[in-house]
Amino acid sequence: MQELIQAVQNSQTFLSGLSEAALAIIFFVLFGLVFATVAAVCALVFVYLERKISAHMQDRLGPMEVNTGIPLLKNIGHGWAQTLADAFKLLLKEDIVPNAADRRLHLIAPFILFCAVIAAFSVMPFGEKLVVSDMNIGVFFVLAITSFSVIGVILAGWASNNKWSLLGGMRSAAQIVSYEIPSGLVVLVIVMQVGSLRFNDIVMAQAGGILHWHIFQFFPLNLIAFIISFLATLAEANRAPFDLPEAESELTAGFATEYSGFKWAIFYLSEYANMFLIGIFLSALFLGGWTSPFGSLFGGFFDKPGWQPVWIILKAVAIIFLQMWLRWTLPRLRVDQLMYTSWKVLTPFAFVTIFGVGLWMLF
Amino acid sequence: MFNNIFKKQRYYFDSEGLLVVDMSPSSAVHYQEAVQAATQDAGFSGEDMVINFGPQHPSTHGVLRLEVVLEGELVKKVTPHLGYLHRNFEKHAEYIPYNEIVPYTDRLDYLAAMNMNLGYVLAVEKLLGLTELPERVEYIRVICAEFNRIASHLMAIGTFGLDAGAITPFLWAFRDREKILDLFEWLSGARMLYNYIWVGGVARDLPDGWVEKAKEFLDYFEPMMVEFNNLLTHNHIFIERTAHIGILPADVAINYAATGPVLRGSGVKWDLRRDQPYSIYDRFEFDIPVGEGMYGPVGSAFDRYWVRIREIEESVKILRQALDQIPEGDVFEAIPRKIRPPAGKEAYFRSEAPRGEIGFYIRSNGSDIPDRVKCRSSCFVNISLIDEISRGQLVADLVINIGSIDIVLGEVDR
Amino acid sequence: MEKIIAVLFMFAVSALLALIFFTLNRLLGPRKESVVKSVPFETGRAPITLPTHRMSIKFYMIAILFVLFDVEMIFFYPWAVVFRKLGILGLIEMGIFILVLFLGLVYAWKKGALEWE
Repeated sequence: MQELIQAVQNSQTFLSGLSEAALAIIFFVLFGLVFATVAAVCALVFVYLERKISAHMQDRLGPMEVNTGIPLLKNIGHGWAQTLADAFKLLLKEDIVPNAADRRLHLIAPFILFCAVIAAFSVMPFGEKLVVSDMNIGVFFVLAITSFSVIGVILAGWASNNKWSLLGGMRSAAQIVSYEIPSGLVVLVIVMQVGSLRFNDIVMAQAGGILHWHIFQFFPLNLIAFIISFLATLAEANRAPFDLPEAESELTAGFATEYSGFKWAIFYLSEYANMFLIGIFLSALFLGGWTSPFGSLFGGFFDKPGWQPVWIILKAVAIIFLQMWLRWTLPRLRVDQLMYTSWKVLTPFAFVTIFGVGLWMLF
Repeated sequence: MFNNIFKKQRYYFDSEGLLVVDMSPSSAVHYQEAVQAATQDAGFSGEDMVINFGPQHPSTHGVLRLEVVLEGELVKKVTPHLGYLHRNFEKHAEYIPYNEIVPYTDRLDYLAAMNMNLGYVLAVEKLLGLTELPERVEYIRVICAEFNRIASHLMAIGTFGLDAGAITPFLWAFRDREKILDLFEWLSGARMLYNYIWVGGVARDLPDGWVEKAKEFLDYFEPMMVEFNNLLTHNHIFIERTAHIGILPADVAINYAATGPVLRGSGVKWDLRRDQPYSIYDRFEFDIPVGEGMYGPVGSAFDRYWVRIREIEESVKILRQALDQIPEGDVFEAIPRKIRPPAGKEAYFRSEAPRGEIGFYIRSNGSDIPDRVKCRSSCFVNISLIDEISRGQLVADLVINIGSIDIVLGEVDR
Repeated sequence: MEKIIAVLFMFAVSALLALIFFTLNRLLGPRKESVVKSVPFETGRAPITLPTHRMSIKFYMIAILFVLFDVEMIFFYPWAVVFRKLGILGLIEMGIFILVLFLGLVYAWKKGALEWE
């Protein structure tokens, strides 16, 4: 950041006259805007991908109609603009707030959820220098921010003045909170091996090709850690097979029932942004982040800075594909089975894995 | 702003459930009274909640309203409220000639319309004493009935998976059901409400190539069922979800007069096609699957689902035999010109529809319009089991129970 | 310091973005209030529930357990970072800590606090 500010001040453009503070603010806002937009746009893309992937798994086509009328873009076909059309439609919908609901809380709840998820993108490493804020407690920060999103869920349930929304919100919150324990614990396995909480340190410890990735080290303990982490973050994102609190065919309405128009769109987009966040988080921790799987094979060509975002996004997409695959294959777990899995299966396994890796590392 | 008037109004629901907007300051009292009235009978304690699993709900398989009394998460009592789809079938039948009632029977259990047609038509033929039908007609009827049984069961297992949260098997089941509906459209002109099986015969003969296409479908379909089973039936999460839910003991099922897969899922081997054979069912070799308690107690929701899966396979067997044996002949020769049974005669005929036993009672008064038609509907009887099997279980399992009994409100309400 | 400010700016930018779109929604969308739309949704008919806000105790149990284990997790993090330097002694000490808390989990399990959600 400092070098960037120095470079701009030294250059002869009209910007060099501004003070350091002003330049810093401009850069912060710029980076924030870019990354927030990237996250939001990716959420839209993943909604479209989910519809297409689910359609092909179910032996049908999915959205095919909406291609926009612009000649070049129309030829892409396959209904690529469907999510754009849906988002635009949601902008035009009426914003219904129930009569006795608390209007301010009703407004704030989706924003808390959205801001928490997008703010977590600020520590995600898209490249060696492509991080908004390369904190040295990056991993810890992500865990803290995802806990923040629980407030949004509970507020949404509370602010709807609907007993069933409240119950649905509480159950969603209980589920998210229960799965944070195993999710946070297995990250420790990786942290122990690397010795740092900084994301770029963790990614650079996996440099050198696919065999150096954390998921293949300390076999099979790291693999178990990956599986636990994957399942726990899946449950935190309220995705199937853990999506009972928000499923439509269930009795309680789910926390987002009384939301319409753009507020509901924010909930929906937050879910997909959360999936993207999890994808990048798991790729950075276990699958080597922005390092290439080829290592030194092609003379380091694939390690160049231009390739780094490509690798991490590819790996994130692979994890997201796995999440979507699971959603459309498996039936739902009941709420008590869900809680059972978290407290009685995943948490003990996480403890055992930490201890096992600790022992292995020392001997 | 401009909506102050709405903020001052109170609303409450009167005993009919209609919205009443009340501007008086004492409307809060009315609300409390309404709630007291709703929870008063049968001595429920103050901690019980009554919720409405109302007509607009994605999982009630139709317009069914269930009033569920809950104690925390446990279900204490379920009261079904019917009538949302009542269309006066039996009263209509008193004003329409016998052969014109057939399209109305389509709309009873609309997912198994051929079987409804068949049940009614067999009752009329019993009334007329018309027992000698051309062989080809009998074979065509059995083929249509069994194809419709497969289509109906596919819908049942697909939506059952959907209730449990598995969305993909639902679409796979519907893909195969579409192919059966295509066959039916070729045959009768309609996809779902056929008006095909008439008194004394069928509406039109099989088109050229229909039998070959039907055999092709069966060859395509059997591996699809294997795929479906791999995805859903042997899935551990699905089994956990359904194998200990909704246990229906055999004696309770018999006492409630349950029929069809609900009864067979509890281990009782009773199927009208085998035990009181009608039409030409006695010429085919097929097995009667019963629930065996593979993963849990006998009579669970999984057993009823398993019976339906196996019944699909048995229907495929029957179809293969029938499609091989079907003879040539004239399908129109036994259709009577005038249907005018003698006065005072009455007949009751029971047949095995996909959801259970349907019976049609017909009484004639000498004219070509029946005096009284009564339909004994399988789903109407089975629906009383929801209360019995859901007591003491979690609310999340109520949806599974309803799906496993597999009701169609068209038949329940008639 | 600047790293934390960057995160704050990220928060602010995302909130601003969402606020812009929300305002757009309020401007572009229709506003037709009616009594029927404002009634809480309960699958169609009258909400015949008692309007008491009694929450089940199990949510409280889950929250308490979460707080306990989350704080435990916070204590794990610094230890995990310097794990290599602490060696076997660190492992044994932390192992005792883990064991005590694991026994707490087992106790909660046996006492039925984890039942039924």
